[in-house]
Amino acid sequence: MIYVTRRAEFSASHVYHNPKLSPEENRRIFGKCNNPHGHGHNYTLEVTVAGSINPTTGMVVDLKELKTLLEREVLQLMDHKFLNQEVAAFATKIPTTENIAVEIWGMLAPKLSFGKLHRIRLYETSDLYVDYYGD
Amino acid sequence: MVYLTRRYRFCASHRLHNEALPDDENLRIYGKCDSPFGHGHNYALEVTVAGPIDQETGMVFDLVALDGIVEKEVLERLDHTNLNLDVENFRACVPTTENVCTEIFHLLCDKIKGGGPLRAACLSRVRLEETSSNFFEYEGDPPSAS
Repeated sequence: MIYVTRRAEFSASHVYHNPKLSPEENRRIFGKCNNPHGHGHNYTLEVTVAGSINPTTGMVVDLKELKTLLEREVLQLMDHKFLNQEVAAFATKIPTTENIAVEIWGMLAPKLSFGKLHRIRLYETSDLYVDYYGD
Repeated sequence: MVYLTRRYRFCASHRLHNEALPDDENLRIYGKCDSPFGHGHNYALEVTVAGPIDQETGMVFDLVALDGIVEKEVLERLDHTNLNLDVENFRACVPTTENVCTEIFHLLCDKIKGGGPLRAACLSRVRLEETSSNFFEYEGDPPSAS
């Protein structure tokens, strides 16, 4: 089994707020991430696909196809967006890095025509990242 | 299960030397790291916690709490120290990055599996980079077969 990882970047803004909680409770839990006007990050996304090497091409995945898939399914939806307001999944779900990583898995896993999605790694900053393996 | 990793930094000095071995054996094993005056590194520490996403907050772990635990248990103990002389556990144990990595895991393990809101995740991995070329990872010992 070989693991191929492709990296992509997108920039987006978000706010952490649960309307079921009081303003004080939101501020206590989320701190400065609860600023109602939102704030943003340059996210780095790593998508890892696992598979065997095709004996004809010597490749596990067609990287161009993976790049196109990432562009179409993830970047067009999230890049330069206010996640809470412009991405349907986050109308009811707080766009924490954890939830974004799980959401990206759901967007990509059924669309892969090659290999098997192995891991989504999402960096919010260079000092903070989330890994999701689909379970 | 989601794995959340946070990165920290600390600076420390050490000397790799085992008192139980003769000097020439220490030099053979540890090379320049056996220099009697010690030397230092800028360590980069990655702490990974694993758990389910809390439905109310969308988060796996309270990051402010995690920072507080790592600051208190690790950084206050190790940052800007001479590991051999200033850290109790390395008086009798060579502070190789392997040993520092496992020591950090044990310092954090019980503090992180505390339970309570946003504390349900467990410590999954400690990764310690001694330089950008050398790093060590520890996920705890597997449960004993017996």
